[in-house]
Amino acid sequence: MISKDVVEKVAKLSRLHLEEEEIAQYADQLNQILDTMAGLQQIDTDGVAPLAHVLPIENVFREDEVGECFTQETVLANAPEQSNGMFQVPKIV
Amino acid sequence: MKYETVIGLEVHVELATESKIFCSCSAHSFGADPNSHVCPACCGMPGMLPVVNRRVVDFGMKAGMMLNCDINRVTTFDKKSYYYPDLPGAYQTTQWFAPVAVNGRVDIETSAGKKSVRIKQIHMEEDAGKLVHDISEGTTHVDFNRTSVPLIEIVSQPDLSSAEEVEAYLVRLRTLLRYAKVAECEMAHGTMRCDVNLSVRPEGSDVLGVRTEMKNMNSIEAIKRAIEYETARHINAIENGTEVLVQETRRWDDAKGKSYAMRSKETAGDYRYFPDPNVMPVVIDDVWYETIKNSVPEFPEVKREKYIALGLTEYDAERISESIMLCECFEEASEACGNPKEVVNWITSDVMRILNAKQMTYEMLNLDNKAFGKLISLTLDGKISRANSKKILSAMFDDRAIEPEAYAEANNMLIGEQNDDLILGIVKKVVESDPKSVNDFKNGKEKALMALFGKCMKELKGNCDPQQLKVILLECING
Ligand SMILES: [Zn+2]
Repeated sequence: MISKDVVEKVAKLSRLHLEEEEIAQYADQLNQILDTMAGLQQIDTDGVAPLAHVLPIENVFREDEVGECFTQETVLANAPEQSNGMFQVPKIV
Repeated sequence: MKYETVIGLEVHVELATESKIFCSCSAHSFGADPNSHVCPACCGMPGMLPVVNRRVVDFGMKAGMMLNCDINRVTTFDKKSYYYPDLPGAYQTTQWFAPVAVNGRVDIETSAGKKSVRIKQIHMEEDAGKLVHDISEGTTHVDFNRTSVPLIEIVSQPDLSSAEEVEAYLVRLRTLLRYAKVAECEMAHGTMRCDVNLSVRPEGSDVLGVRTEMKNMNSIEAIKRAIEYETARHINAIENGTEVLVQETRRWDDAKGKSYAMRSKETAGDYRYFPDPNVMPVVIDDVWYETIKNSVPEFPEVKREKYIALGLTEYDAERISESIMLCECFEEASEACGNPKEVVNWITSDVMRILNAKQMTYEMLNLDNKAFGKLISLTLDGKISRANSKKILSAMFDDRAIEPEAYAEANNMLIGEQNDDLILGIVKKVVESDPKSVNDFKNGKEKALMALFGKCMKELKGNCDPQQLKVILLECING
């Protein structure tokens, strides 16, 4: 059961600000998702190895070779704020 | 009451690859402009697709083998979610469910005796970006050059109990990873970083005390100081109730010699680890496994014993086996010249002197070791003077392509028999110009001969077999 506290905690971990009514709304929705998942929990998975990937693809590699990068200008093109060749954000410590 | 300290370490080591772990940006951005080694993949653009650098897996496996780990033959990558501006995707791609190596062991020795430190696991992951605070007030600046540089994190079990043991463990780890040539492991460069998990309990108790995690130590000495401080702080809190210990992350301030609380520790559940659907599972087959296994070098102790058997002193064997670069230099040069004892003398004198003068570490040694062996042979055979061989060796440090014999010939440093006439000519000139020394010598002053010998050698620019010169000089004086 997803309580109001759990929603608040998840929102905090995701750095989301939620209004009171949103918290209730998301708690409802998350509970519906968990109910659906509870159905899947009924399936007997004894002896089934956990799945790391849904497609039967493995060992996709690149060799250790240096390629082209973006220019600093391109990298910063979408930055809301930038200076000194860097992204600028509110102070975080 | 007596207390014991319980310490576990999380050591991050930057792997010495050319490119990043999931993209082809250069992994080496020292001195580069900020955000100049960045592509859509490593700055978290929507729709980007990470592709694993095969060498990262090679190195992860090899590191695991050096630390006696079991290798997970199916190893996968997971997302670790947390919001911080140094992580452009708001998650770090790391390994949680199936790390590359598990259940290892590192053997250390201290004044308290020998000890095996158990390794819980080694996982491969990407580094975060760099934050620069307060360029202007109230701001943080973000440079993504370092994001996705490959790391391994080596997690030990809480088997360490003193600063001395931690030092021995870190030095051993560094030696082994350098032996495997998978990492630089230079704390001053940030290519080896260490977080210390520490708690204190009454001696003999099997209940763990409150554990704190310390970050931001930039040298082994700083780590030792931090451990001493933190141990004292814990004991003081337990005995005198000076404060209530809480599980938290603390930042070590080495200048002030104190640790400060950083933030309440997020628990593993808060990271919401889940398999990264963009990174395909890695399956290590027997061929791949064996290839890496076969590339694992002999351990330092094995080399040391081998060297002692070759006739090296224990002291020299210990010194050489300290670094894989010195080992290779010693072994390859010995093979080329067939005289290990002579090679070790050259390494512990000339090579170390030149490294020191150039402010190079052993790991930066980049000699053509076979050519070095050849130079020793030429010198032992009297074809190059000892003085000139030092000059040639110094030149070989700057240019790996130098072939000693050709170089000596091109620079008139080769002592050949055709030089006899030349030597005689110079000797005659010197003898004629200094009759006083000749007379002194004839009257029994041995030193006078050395003066003449020195003058001749100077004229010859050191280009002469000393024995040969001495014979010619004596013939000339007495003849
Ligand atoms: Zn990139």
